[in-house]
Amino acid sequence: MVMLAAALAGLVFGLGLVVSAMVDPAKVLGFLDLAGDWDPSLILVMAGAIPVAALGFALGRKRDRPLLAPDFQAPGADRVDRRLLRGAALFGAGWGLAGYCPGPALAGLALGAWQTWAFTAAMLVGMAAHEAWQSSR
Amino acid sequence: MNHFTPVSALLGGALIGTAALLSWLLLGRVAGISGILAGAARTEGAERHWRLAFLGGLVVAPVAYALLGGTLPVPEVTRNPAMLVVAGLLVGFGTRMGSGCTSGHGVCGLARLSPRSMAATGVFMASAMATVFVTRHVLGLQ
Repeated sequence: MVMLAAALAGLVFGLGLVVSAMVDPAKVLGFLDLAGDWDPSLILVMAGAIPVAALGFALGRKRDRPLLAPDFQAPGADRVDRRLLRGAALFGAGWGLAGYCPGPALAGLALGAWQTWAFTAAMLVGMAAHEAWQSSR
Repeated sequence: MNHFTPVSALLGGALIGTAALLSWLLLGRVAGISGILAGAARTEGAERHWRLAFLGGLVVAPVAYALLGGTLPVPEVTRNPAMLVVAGLLVGFGTRMGSGCTSGHGVCGLARLSPRSMAATGVFMASAMATVFVTRHVLGLQ
């Protein structure tokens, strides 16, 4: 059941990225380009997603545990630190350079553009590099 | 060219929010893609299996959409290979360092009213917009 639920959640997430065309990097760059012919679509994707997600978190507060797991695992950290801000700045630079972020890159692989595969491969290397850098410190 | 698509954006967004709701209420997990992806490589056993199932669902979504009769978007990539590789490295490294991406911080974190996610979202949006400004309007790239 857990596997089925996880696959369903992933599938619905991916369908959302496909329906909203966020799997198209040109669409994302169109949003990020405030000085150009601005396409506000991405902000509406967030406006559609956040209230539904917030409903989920609100319903979760009324329960002791999730339906299929022993406990809710919210991210623990609550302090805004330099690491968070530096990481977000690096991520944003990469996002603006290509128009891909992790979800749309993965959900876009099956569309067959080699560029999506190249970006995703480099992203995995970047993640591994961070892992190696962390464990070497 | 401006292709503002408010209806499909809102609808797609609602689906993404639904996925976040399902992840939280069924599995007790935040639907952050970069975290799930990195975790799939790092964990083992049940911790790894649900992540792989989630990622499997995410990856086959376009196939499911086509089978349901939907018309798939065609990705239009204007950036050259070198930029894509540098971008991938930055996104991979940065999302781990910053503990999340557009989904974990931008959707789930904002929905949870997390101060960390609000700060991270503000920073990565500003950084991405600045990068697009420089590449398009200073360097003249598409």
